[in-house]
Amino acid sequence: MKLRNIGADFRIVSRTYFRNPVALFFSLIFPIILISMFGLIFSAAGSGTVTLIVVNEDHHSPASVAFLSALNNTTVVSVQVVAVSAQNFSSYLGQNDYSTGLVIPAGFQNDLQNRTPVNLTVYTDPEDASSAGIALGAVQGVASYFNLQAVCAQKSCPPVIGFTTANVGSQVYKYIDYLIPGLIGFAILTSPMFSMVDIASSYRKDGIFRELSLTPITRAEWLTSRILWYVALTFVTAGIMIGAGVFLFNAHVTLTLGLIPFLLVGPFFFVSLGMLAGSAAKTPESAALIGNIITFPMMFLSGTFFQVSSMPAGLQAFARILPLYYVIDGMNQVMLYSNTTRAFTDILVVLVGSVVVFLAAIRLFKWRDE
Amino acid sequence: MSAAIEVDGLVKRYGPLAAVDGIRFSVRTGTVFSFLGPNGAGKTTTTEILEGLRRRTEGEVAVLGLDPWTQGRELHQRIGVIPQDFRFFDKITAKEAIEYYRTLFGTKVDPRGLLEQVALADKINARYDTLSGGQKQKFGLALALTNDPEICFLDEPTTGLDPQARRAIWAVIRNLKREGRTVFLTTHYLEEAELLADQVAIIDHGKIIASGSPSEIIEAHGKPARMVVEGSPALAEYLRMNLGAAAIVEDGKVSVTLSNKGDALKILSAIEESGLPWTSFTTTKDTLEDVFVRLVGQMDEGALKSQEAS
Repeated sequence: MKLRNIGADFRIVSRTYFRNPVALFFSLIFPIILISMFGLIFSAAGSGTVTLIVVNEDHHSPASVAFLSALNNTTVVSVQVVAVSAQNFSSYLGQNDYSTGLVIPAGFQNDLQNRTPVNLTVYTDPEDASSAGIALGAVQGVASYFNLQAVCAQKSCPPVIGFTTANVGSQVYKYIDYLIPGLIGFAILTSPMFSMVDIASSYRKDGIFRELSLTPITRAEWLTSRILWYVALTFVTAGIMIGAGVFLFNAHVTLTLGLIPFLLVGPFFFVSLGMLAGSAAKTPESAALIGNIITFPMMFLSGTFFQVSSMPAGLQAFARILPLYYVIDGMNQVMLYSNTTRAFTDILVVLVGSVVVFLAAIRLFKWRDE
Repeated sequence: MSAAIEVDGLVKRYGPLAAVDGIRFSVRTGTVFSFLGPNGAGKTTTTEILEGLRRRTEGEVAVLGLDPWTQGRELHQRIGVIPQDFRFFDKITAKEAIEYYRTLFGTKVDPRGLLEQVALADKINARYDTLSGGQKQKFGLALALTNDPEICFLDEPTTGLDPQARRAIWAVIRNLKREGRTVFLTTHYLEEAELLADQVAIIDHGKIIASGSPSEIIEAHGKPARMVVEGSPALAEYLRMNLGAAAIVEDGKVSVTLSNKGDALKILSAIEESGLPWTSFTTTKDTLEDVFVRLVGQMDEGALKSQEAS
């Protein structure tokens, strides 16, 4: 392979790209649209009332039910009772992307009647100060009302209901945090797949491969230049997505060097796969069909928009045969969990797959006819 | 003079069908060789075999002494090809394309100079997709010359072009010859071959049915020169009787074969002497196109056994 040839071809690809407004839109503007759209759909931020998730350990005693209905009547919070143990409540809230929660302890009614001080626990997310303020305010208001009106008819009795605060599980991530690696994976998949499948068949039809076959550039050099181009594009797209996620949705990402192998190997795999699929097809129409059959399941089932762990078991097993799953899972490991061992396994799977697909693409795709 | 291209017993089969069926020809260095034939005759297949783009089934092929299929890489450094219906990356300018090829071939050609050679220097910064059909062909021609090739393969370079654009391409082809390059030209336009080619081969049904210089082919396969007189049909009878000339009536006109240089004058005086009415006369001789149409027509009727000339 000659670097000179790869460089010359890289200049041609990049010029072609920068002179194509549609391509520019899809790699620079579309990621922002995508992340904003999904970010807004799935994050509850900005809604009028705060959803207050409640664990009622006093098992629907009249006092606890009255307390919750009073909370609901404030209209600033909307109470939603769930059956979760108090121990797991913090992580439950985090996992489900709730920012406020309340635990009513067992014996609440008895304590009220006996005037034994009882503590409610209010969970808040320090990241979401406004919801925290609303929830705390509502609980505090209703508690004082109960203290004054319902229980302590006579003067100068100490308040019975108090509350402590706790944080929503901090090691748990919000939807947007998963969405960023998911959408980077989405871009790594779709942008090379759609264009390489098209290029493979249309360049053959238009005789451009024939043209190139008469020059000293080799198929491996040509494909390498495409891979490098999509690597460059992936870095830009990933930057845009991370920027949009952090600035628009306050996402949490760990920017580590561990992300780089995925941004390199991901495009390597999918550029080669696109070329392989496009070369296998006889006509541009069948190429598009083959491309779509390969791309669409991966687009939705590899953890792009929805976490694989939230899918039914059968689909989860299916996801594990999709190459993109390993790219996205690996990026989740490095960007969220700092689990380098698993990320290393993931990158190894993708790397081995890439080499195989690259070699197969070079073999199958012909400049000239027999 | 040495041969730039040497083909002997070339066969290309697709299944049971022989697209090229044992052809033999050679092209001398520094000449323009025109390869003619109707659609589907085996022209493009042969050309692509010579360019190293297609594998042959049988036969010997040497282009610049190289086997085009196994030594394609080496060959491509020394030949330039402009395919039929040349296409390139839409958004790339002529200058950028030449720079691209220049890097790939490792040459030092100046884009402007090259474009001047094909009369496209005014479009040096125009993108491919903004060019007209003729300009696109010239763009392709310029690219094919980036590596300073010894042989240029031009596959129907003027098809679909307006007369002016065609003449511009002709000028370029003459120039290529002047520079000492060998030109392998396939074309549909017989006048183009007659005008430009030193040697011509006509292929039909995979076989070469005529070859030589255009005048040799006309000589060998064309009808002799004729004088065509518009006048009384009785003139034909008169000329046969009095001059022993081969005179016939064809399309209501009297057609007399001219065997010798002096025949025309004798016939004209005989016509005057006959006193029969006549208005005008012309002399005609077959063009390459007439010969081509007749030969290919005969092939199609199966009346002519393929005769392979050297």
